[in-house]
Amino acid sequence: MNAISIRNLEKVYPGDGEVYALKGIDLEVEEGDFFGLLGPNGAGKSTAIGIICSLVNKTAGKVMVFDHDLDTARVLVKACIGLVPQEFNFNVFEKIKHIVVNQAGYYGLERRLAYERAEHYLKKLGLWGKRNVQARLLSGGMKRRLMIARALVHEPRLLILDEPTAGVDIELRRSMWEFLREINASGTTIILTTHYLEEAESLCRNLAIIDNGRIVQDTSMKNLIAQLDRETFVLDLAKPIGILPEAPGCVLRKIDDRTLEVDVSKEQVINEIFTCLSAKGIEVLSMRNKTNRLEELFLGLVKTDDSMPSTVKAHAH
Amino acid sequence: MRTRQNFIAFKTILFKEMVRFTRIWVQTILPPAITMVLYFIIFGNLIGPRIGEMGGFDYMEYIVPGLIMMSIITSSYANVVSSFYSAKFQCSVEEVLVAPVPHYVILLGYTLGGVARGLIVGALVTLVSLFFTDLYIHNLFITAAVVVLTSVAFALGGFINAIFAKSFDDISIVPTFVLTPLTYLGGVFYSINLLPEFWQKASLVNPILYMVNAFRYGILGVSDINVGIAFVIIGLFVCILFSIGIYLLHKGVGLRT
Ligand SMILES: Nc1ncnc2c1ncn2[C@@H]1O[C@H](COP(=O)(O)OP(=O)(O)OP(=O)(O)O)[C@@H](O)[C@H]1O
Ligand SMILES: [Mg+2]
Repeated sequence: MNAISIRNLEKVYPGDGEVYALKGIDLEVEEGDFFGLLGPNGAGKSTAIGIICSLVNKTAGKVMVFDHDLDTARVLVKACIGLVPQEFNFNVFEKIKHIVVNQAGYYGLERRLAYERAEHYLKKLGLWGKRNVQARLLSGGMKRRLMIARALVHEPRLLILDEPTAGVDIELRRSMWEFLREINASGTTIILTTHYLEEAESLCRNLAIIDNGRIVQDTSMKNLIAQLDRETFVLDLAKPIGILPEAPGCVLRKIDDRTLEVDVSKEQVINEIFTCLSAKGIEVLSMRNKTNRLEELFLGLVKTDDSMPSTVKAHAH
Repeated sequence: MRTRQNFIAFKTILFKEMVRFTRIWVQTILPPAITMVLYFIIFGNLIGPRIGEMGGFDYMEYIVPGLIMMSIITSSYANVVSSFYSAKFQCSVEEVLVAPVPHYVILLGYTLGGVARGLIVGALVTLVSLFFTDLYIHNLFITAAVVVLTSVAFALGGFINAIFAKSFDDISIVPTFVLTPLTYLGGVFYSINLLPEFWQKASLVNPILYMVNAFRYGILGVSDINVGIAFVIIGLFVCILFSIGIYLLHKGVGLRT
C-alpha cells in the first residue's frame, strides 16, 4: 500500500501577486519508506505538506493517504498523520506537558493514555525534565524536539517532518537521526524535508526533488548517487610549482602556486594521477573533496530557477 | 462512530481554555469584579438614592441584574475573541486543525470555554453585589437559562470576531464600538419606558435589551418585554451565530489559505 499517493496536485495562492506554488505534482510514497522531499527555498515543499495535513486548501488534484481520499475521508486521513511543521506553532505560554497531552486529546486519546504517551515521548526526546516549563522558555532545539514529541503522541502511521533539524546543533542532529531511524524501523512511514543533503543521504531511502512547483527528480537515494559520475579533488602541494604539468586522461587546473584541482571520472584510478605527478617531482601534501558531491548534483538539478539571482540583486541595492 | 473521540477532543479544548483564563486570572476574572464594585458604589450607593424607584424597586436593586449580565456578556465575548485570535496569531490553532476534530467540536469547545469564564465572573459579581443589596431570585430556571444562553451567544460572537480579526486591534473594535454601546443602551441602567416612544421602538432591535430584561425578570420578576419573546429572540440569536461560526470554519476563513 502507498502511504501517500498524489496526482496532479496544484496550488495557486490567491491574492494580488498570485503565486503558482505547485504546478501539478505526482508523488508516491510507499508504506514504511523514509522519504526525502528536497528543493530550494520557495520550491513548494511546505505547501505540499500543508495540503496533505489539511492546513492549506488545494487548487486541483487528488491526495490519497493510506488509501483514504482527502476529499471524502478527511477525518481518516488526519488520524493517520503526525506533523512536525517548519515554524513553531504551539502556544508559548502553555506548559510542555499540556501541549503534548492536549494534542493527544485532539486525536481522541483518553487522558490517562495521553499522559503515559507524553511521558514516554518527552523522555525519549530529553524533555521530561522540562515538562512543567512554559514553551517560551525552551531553546530552539528543544522547541523542535517538543514538536516531534507532540507529533508522535498519537502514534501516527505517517510522520511528516518539515525541516526538523533547522537550527539544531550537530550532536543533537545526530541523535535525532538515530531516533527517526528507530521510529521508521518500528514501521512508521516518514517524510522529511531538509536543506542538509548529508541528512537526506544518511536517512532517506527514496527522494523527490521539487523545484519551482515541479518535481524534477523522483528516485531512490542509490540511483541519485549513481548519477554522480565525476568528482573534483583539491590537492595541496608541498612546494610551489611554476607551470601546470600535463597529466594524460584527466583535467588539472592550477588554482595558485601550491594548489591544484583535478576532475576525476568515476572509472578512473586515482593512482594514475599521483604517478603522473610524482614523475614530475610534485609532492602532494593533502587531498580533499572540493564540495559535497551531492550538493553539486542538487544544484545542477535546480539551477533552472533563475529567480534567485534577481532577488539577491534586488536586496543588494 | 467517533463520538467518544469527539467528546474527548471537546473536553480537551474546554480544559485548555479554562487553564488559560485561570492562569491569567488577574486579567480575566478580577477586573470585572473591580469594575462592578465601582458601579455599585457610584450608581447604587451614591447616585441611586437620589433617583428613587425604578420599576417598583430601589435603583440599586434594579440595576444589579443588568450589571451582572453586562459582566457575563463582556467576559464570555472577551475570552473567546482573545483566546482564539491568539491561537491564530501563534498558529497554535493548527494543533486542532491537523487533528481529526470536527468543526462543531472546535466551535463548542471554544464557546463553552467562554461560557465557563462568563459564569465564573457572573458568580463572582453576584457575590460582590450581595455586599450592597439583597438578592432574591424570582425564578431560578429562567435566570439560569438566560444567563447560559446569553453567555453562549456572546462567546459565539467572540469566536466570529476572532476569525475575521487580522490584528490585535481588530479584537477590540467590536467590543468598543458595538458591544459596549449596545449594552449601555440595552436597559442595564434604565427601563425603556422612560424613553420617548420612538426610542422605545428603536431599542427593540437591540438584542441585549432582551437578555437584560429576561434576566431581570428571572431575578426581580419585572421586565419591559414579554419573557417568552425574549427567549425566542435569544435562542434565534444563538442558532444564527452558531451557523455562521460553522460556516466560517468550514470555509476556512482566516484559517486556511
Ligand atoms: N500563505 C501564502 N500565501 C501566498 N503565497 C505563499 C503562501 N505560502 C507560501 N507561499 C508561496 O508559495 C511558494 C512555495 O512556498 P513553500 O513555503 O511551499 O516553499 P518551501 O519549499 O517550503 O520553501 P522553504 O524551503 O523556504 O521552506 C513560495 O513562492 C511562497 O512565497
Ligand atoms: Mg518550507
